[in-house]
Amino acid sequence: MREITYAQAINEALRENMRRNNRIILMGEDIGRYGGIFQVTAGLLNEFGPDRVIDTPISEAGFVGTCVGAAMTGLHPVAEVMFIDFTTCAMDMIVNQMAKMHYMSGGRGKVPFVLRTNIGAGRGAAAQHSQSFHSFFMHIPGLKVVTPATPYDAKGLMNMALADENPVVFVEHKKLFITKGHVPEESYAIPFGKADIKREGNDITIVATHALVQKTLNVAEEMSREGIEIEVLDPRTISPLDRETILNSVRKTGKLITADEGCVSGGFGSEVAAIVAQEAFDYLEAPVVRVGSPDTPVPFSPPLEQFYIPDEGNIREAVNKILEYQ
Amino acid sequence: MVLSKQKKVEMYRTMVKIRSFEERIVDLYARGLVPGIAHLYIGEEAVAVGACANLREDDYITSTHRGHGHVIAKGADVKFMMAELFGKTTGYCKGKGGSMHIADVDIGILGANGIAGGGLPIAVGAGISSKYRKTDQVTICFFGDGASNNGTFHESLNLAAVHKLPVIFTCENNQYAISTEQRMHQTIKDISIRAVAYDIPGITVEGNDIMTVYEAVNKAVQWARSGKGPTLVECKTYRWRGHHEGDPNLGERYRSKEDIKPWIEKCPIKRFERVLLKKRVLTQAKIDHIKETIQKEIDEAVEFANASPFPKHGDIYEDVFEEEMGGFR
Repeated sequence: MREITYAQAINEALRENMRRNNRIILMGEDIGRYGGIFQVTAGLLNEFGPDRVIDTPISEAGFVGTCVGAAMTGLHPVAEVMFIDFTTCAMDMIVNQMAKMHYMSGGRGKVPFVLRTNIGAGRGAAAQHSQSFHSFFMHIPGLKVVTPATPYDAKGLMNMALADENPVVFVEHKKLFITKGHVPEESYAIPFGKADIKREGNDITIVATHALVQKTLNVAEEMSREGIEIEVLDPRTISPLDRETILNSVRKTGKLITADEGCVSGGFGSEVAAIVAQEAFDYLEAPVVRVGSPDTPVPFSPPLEQFYIPDEGNIREAVNKILEYQ
Repeated sequence: MVLSKQKKVEMYRTMVKIRSFEERIVDLYARGLVPGIAHLYIGEEAVAVGACANLREDDYITSTHRGHGHVIAKGADVKFMMAELFGKTTGYCKGKGGSMHIADVDIGILGANGIAGGGLPIAVGAGISSKYRKTDQVTICFFGDGASNNGTFHESLNLAAVHKLPVIFTCENNQYAISTEQRMHQTIKDISIRAVAYDIPGITVEGNDIMTVYEAVNKAVQWARSGKGPTLVECKTYRWRGHHEGDPNLGERYRSKEDIKPWIEKCPIKRFERVLLKKRVLTQAKIDHIKETIQKEIDEAVEFANASPFPKHGDIYEDVFEEEMGGFR
């Protein structure tokens, strides 16, 4: 089985789609000659030329808005916003234009546009290059929000994003770019709104995203040796969200932990907890525990940053807390 | 510039149509018969019509919160506009957009826009798309003096200049950003001088003279169609009404009736009318006939809007997403 990295998987999906579909153009800062700061678009300028792989000025509102206009007039642009932190510079274009154009126009204008960006701390880049506020976008109707955790999912989800005629915020994780995994050479698409059961178990449900999927799987393996079987669900898209798979799992296990790298308050885990409280209250046998980042900006100092990033220790702690209710 | 009589009459007609539409809205609002917010274009008609008279159906425009004039000039049907303002299902946006969001992509209207400066990057996108698809379509991007201070102005003109995109940035300088006069919101008088910063042509014209607007934009359109890139055209004009219907006494909190009066005397429609009469392109009888016909069209639009149904509650969930998939290729 062929193994490639998460970054290569996205690159491959972009390349294959660009070969098949000449509506696709790429725009972003340093994506062409430099190959993107995480090398996700490496080599694409050489293959597709500067008309399709466009290095932009530093102007997030400008090029994100340009993609909205290009999408409305027949293209299927893919923008790279270097860090999710920088989407704030383009927030009007994302929230008021990209997300709403179809609705405001009663369906007359569609915006097939994939906005790629990434989350995650751990590179010593402090509070403006390390945030994980992807769940912000699930609060905006009109956007689909994709959160790949593995190279396999990254390729399949990108293929689906480019088959969708809607705005997609494709949220990568910067610490996952170099992780390797099995990725078939042939093309395949992963449907949106379909959670992946990354591991089956009857005792505790953990809904995890991005890098926390693997960390949760690590904890699940450990706990399995102690006779606790954790079910690990990866929603893969947080909007649309596969409520059914989450609810079914909680109905089976009676216990829920969420594990998402955003700050805990008002985050993805809060939404999942609310859904479960509303729809599966009678099945809960223990309080819901949310694992996530502290409600602080991302600190610089290495020990602080390591403390900030949710890891196996935090998940184990959550599991132990839940187990008190056995 | 020589234009056919027919073309000039058509331009005059369109100006009258915009004015009549807006005057009807004044009346309907005053009587509480239309909901929401409307920003009226009365007094600025020469800009929209003079600019759009240079466009083909497959060319694009992006518009503003004050967009009725632009979309009428680009060919929108007042019947569907009126229905949209009434919030009816037969409106351009099925009643989901209202006054500030009228769009018809099929005739190149990429949407009025509720965000000042919001349309500029979108116009750049239409430009990059036309260039990429190797068509000679152009895009007119309307925005106001207020929006010229938004960051998107700089980002968009810079991007369009770098890629030599076929976009005509058409600034309607009506001298107010809501209540803030131009002299209070920027140090320059002529916004077009900012073109220098992007190494693109920039020109300031008398925005109440339709032929002057037409000619300036014509040059810019030819420049754009031939692949030479964007132009910044500033049209000096004035809004007669308040910022929106409901702005007390036509904006008395920040200007006086005396400020408005000279601009009413410079009415772009009367001005064009005088020229057309003098050159015998039109007679008074013909003018009266045009006005009558348009009043009838507006009457019919109101009737159509009134007779149309409101959306049902369940319709709220429609159109959030495009259901049709491009398909996995």
